Amino acid sequence: MAILMFLAPASVALALVGLGAFWWTLRSGQYEDPMGDASRILVDQDRPD
Amino acid sequence: MALTASDRQDFSAFLRPTEGGGRSIELLVKGARCAACLSKIEREVRTLPAVESARLNLTTGKLSVGFAAGAGDPSLVLERLDRLGYPATLYDPGKAAAARDAEGRRLTLALGVAAFGAGNAMMFSVPIWAGLFGQELGPATRTMMMWLSAVIGAPCAVYAGMPFFESAWRSLRSGRANMDVPISIGVILTLAISFVETVLRGRDAYFDAAVSLLFLLLIGRWLDHRLRASARSAAADLLAMQAPAATLLAEDGTERRIPLSEIASGDLLIVRPGERIPVDAVITAGVSELDNSLLTGETTPARVVPGEPCQAGAMNLGGVLRLRATARSEDSAVAAIARLVEAGTQSRSKYVRLADKAAALYVPVVHTAAALTFVGGWGLGLGPREALLRAVAVLIITCPCALGLAVPAVQVTASARLFRRGVLVKSGAALERLAEVDHVVFDKTGVLTEGRPQLIDPVPAAIAMAAPLAKASAHPLSKALAAHAGPTLLADDIVETAGQGVEGVIGGRRARLGRAAFVGVAGVPASETELWFGIEGDTKVRFVFADQLRADAAQTIAALKARGLSVEILSGDIPGAVGRAAESAGVADWRASLAPADKARLMAERTAQGRKVLMVGDGLNDAAALAGAHAAMAPGTALDASQNAADLVFSGEKLAAVVEALDVARSARSRALENFSFAALYNMVAAPAAMIGLVNPFVAALAMSGSSLVVTLNALRTGVGRR
Repeated sequence: MAILMFLAPASVALALVGLGAFWWTLRSGQYEDPMGDASRILVDQDRPD
Repeated sequence: MALTASDRQDFSAFLRPTEGGGRSIELLVKGARCAACLSKIEREVRTLPAVESARLNLTTGKLSVGFAAGAGDPSLVLERLDRLGYPATLYDPGKAAAARDAEGRRLTLALGVAAFGAGNAMMFSVPIWAGLFGQELGPATRTMMMWLSAVIGAPCAVYAGMPFFESAWRSLRSGRANMDVPISIGVILTLAISFVETVLRGRDAYFDAAVSLLFLLLIGRWLDHRLRASARSAAADLLAMQAPAATLLAEDGTERRIPLSEIASGDLLIVRPGERIPVDAVITAGVSELDNSLLTGETTPARVVPGEPCQAGAMNLGGVLRLRATARSEDSAVAAIARLVEAGTQSRSKYVRLADKAAALYVPVVHTAAALTFVGGWGLGLGPREALLRAVAVLIITCPCALGLAVPAVQVTASARLFRRGVLVKSGAALERLAEVDHVVFDKTGVLTEGRPQLIDPVPAAIAMAAPLAKASAHPLSKALAAHAGPTLLADDIVETAGQGVEGVIGGRRARLGRAAFVGVAGVPASETELWFGIEGDTKVRFVFADQLRADAAQTIAALKARGLSVEILSGDIPGAVGRAAESAGVADWRASLAPADKARLMAERTAQGRKVLMVGDGLNDAAALAGAHAAMAPGTALDASQNAADLVFSGEKLAAVVEALDVARSARSRALENFSFAALYNMVAAPAAMIGLVNPFVAALAMSGSSLVVTLNALRTGVGRR
C-alpha cells in the first residue's frame, strides 16, 4: 500500500499539468478561430511565391 | 449599406492606433469559407503597399489588417478583396472592441477545472465504490482515499461553482430565488456533509458527485452563453453592413468620414446616391428622390428640394444632397421609434422561460422531499447522521441537470440548424415564444414583396432601345429596366438630371429617359412608378413598374395556414397596393395606410385578445410592432432598429425561412418537453430510492451522468427528419 503514497500524488500532478496546459491554450486564444486553425494547417507556408 | 471603394472615401473613422505606432483596421469579409480562400486573401492583402500584417479569422469572417505608421490606404484593401471576389465591409471599431468575451473565457476555464476535478476526484472514488461492494478495502485506506478525494474535489467545486453561487447570491439579494439557489444549496450542503463524513471516518462522501454535477451544469451554462454570444456577434455583423459613418463637409470645404455618434446638430453633411440619410436634417442643396419605404412602408419615392426636411433612415436615390443636421443620431426620428421599441421589449421580458417554469415547480417539491426525508428518517429512528445523509442523497440524485442542460442543448442544436439555413436566432427564449404563436402578421413592403420595383409587361424591342440610357443611371427604376436588357453599349454624352431623368445620344440622335414632362409627354400626371423613353421627334414609350411579391410568398402563406395559423397583413402603404399584394398572396385579412403607432396598437389589441402573434417586418414603421409582438422576425435587409427589435433575422430571398423557423422552434419545444418528462420520470424513481437509503455515492454518480446523457442525446434529435 506504500506505493499509493507515491502513485496518488503523481497521478494528481500529471492531471494538474493537463489543467495547466488547458489554461495556457485558453489564455493564448487558441479557441478564437477553430475553423481558421483547421484550415491553416493545409496551407503550405514554405511555398515560394 | 456597404461602403464601396470606388468613391475614395476617408476611412480615418475606422482606423485604430496599434502599440507599434502603426494603425489597424477590421473588415468583415463575405464568402471566405476554405483554406484556399484564407491563404489567398492573406497573401494578396500582404502584398499591398504599407500593409504589415493581415490575419483572417475564418470563424467570424473578420480580417484585421495592420498598416505601417503614417501610411496605408484601406480603400486599396477593399478594392483588392473585391477583385478577389470577396466583398468586404468596414467594421465599426466600437463593436470590435466590445467583442472581447470575458464571461465566456471564465465559463470555459470553470468548465476545464470542473472536468479536472470530476475526473480526479472520481479516481479516488472508484476504490471507495469497490469497498461498497464488499471488495477488500481497509477502513484506513478508505479514509485516506476520501481525504484525497476531498483535497481534489472541494477546491474545484468551489471554483467551478462560483458562477452559480454568485448568481444565486444576486437573485437572493433582489428578493427572488432563481434556479441557481437550489443548485448552490445542494452543492454547499453536499460538500459540508461529505467533509463531516470524512472526518468521522464514515462511508459516504460525495465530492466527486458535487464536482461532476457542476461539470454537467456548466456545460449547459456554457452552451447557453455560446448561443447568445454568437447571435450577438452575428447581429453586430449584419448591422455593420449598414452605413455606420457619414460624410461631413468641414468649413474649409474638405470631406471627412465620421461615425454617426459624432454628428452634432448644425453639421453640414453630404449624402451621395445609394446612401442613407444619417440623421434628421434639412436639405440645403441638391434635388433628389428619397426612398422612405423602410420608414413608412410606402414604396413610392418622394421628391425633395432644398429647404425640405428629411428623416434619418431614408435612402437617397437621385442626386448628391447637402444637408444641415437638425438632430444628433440619438435624437433623430429613429429615436422616437426606438422608445416605442423599448416599451415593447420590456413587456416581452416578462415572458417566463420554459426552464424557469419547470424550476418553479421543481424547487419546492425537491426541497420538501429532502426536508421530509430528514425529519421522517430521524423520527423513524434512523439517527440524525443517517437521516441527513439520506436527505443529501435526495438533493444530489434529483439534481436539476435536465433543467440546466436539457433546454440549452436543445436550443443550441435548433439554432445551429436554423443558422445553416440562413436564420439567425438571437436567444433561446425567442425559440420558445416562436413555438407558441397562433397568428402571423406580415408587413408588405420588403417582406411579402421584394421591396424594389420590377418592370411589368416587358417589351424586348422597347427595352433594347432604352437600355443604353438605363444602364447609365443608378436610379432604381433604371436599374430594374436595365436588368431586362442584354449587353449593350452606353449612350454618348450622358447627362443625368436629378429627380428628372437621363439624357444622351444613341446612334447620333438625342434621347431621354425619365419623367413624362422631362421626355416631353404633355398631359400625363407625374408618376413615381413609371418611366418614359423617347428619341427626339419620335414616339414616346412608357415603362410601368411595381413592387413584386417574393416568389414564394403565396406558398409560404399557404404553408402557414396548413399549420393552423391565421395570417394578416398590416402595411403603411396605400390601400390599392396592399390589396393587390394581399390578393395574390392569398391573404383575406389586410389593413393599409397604418402609422407606426397604429401597428403597435393593433398588435397590443391582438395580444389583449389572447392571440400569440408572430410579427414579420422590416421597416422602422414596424419596429414598435415587432417589439410588442409575442415573437418577431425581420429580414437581413431591415434597418438596425427593426433587427434589434426582432428575435430572429433571416437572410436570403426566401420567405419560406419563416416556416422553417417555426417548424424547428416547434420541434425544439417538443424535445424540451420530452426532456422534462424524462427528468420527471427519473426523479419519481430516484427520489424514493434515495429516501429509503438505496443510493450510495456510486449510484449517484451513475444516475447523474446517465440522465444527462439521455437528455443531451434527445436534444440532438431536434429538427431531424424534417425538410
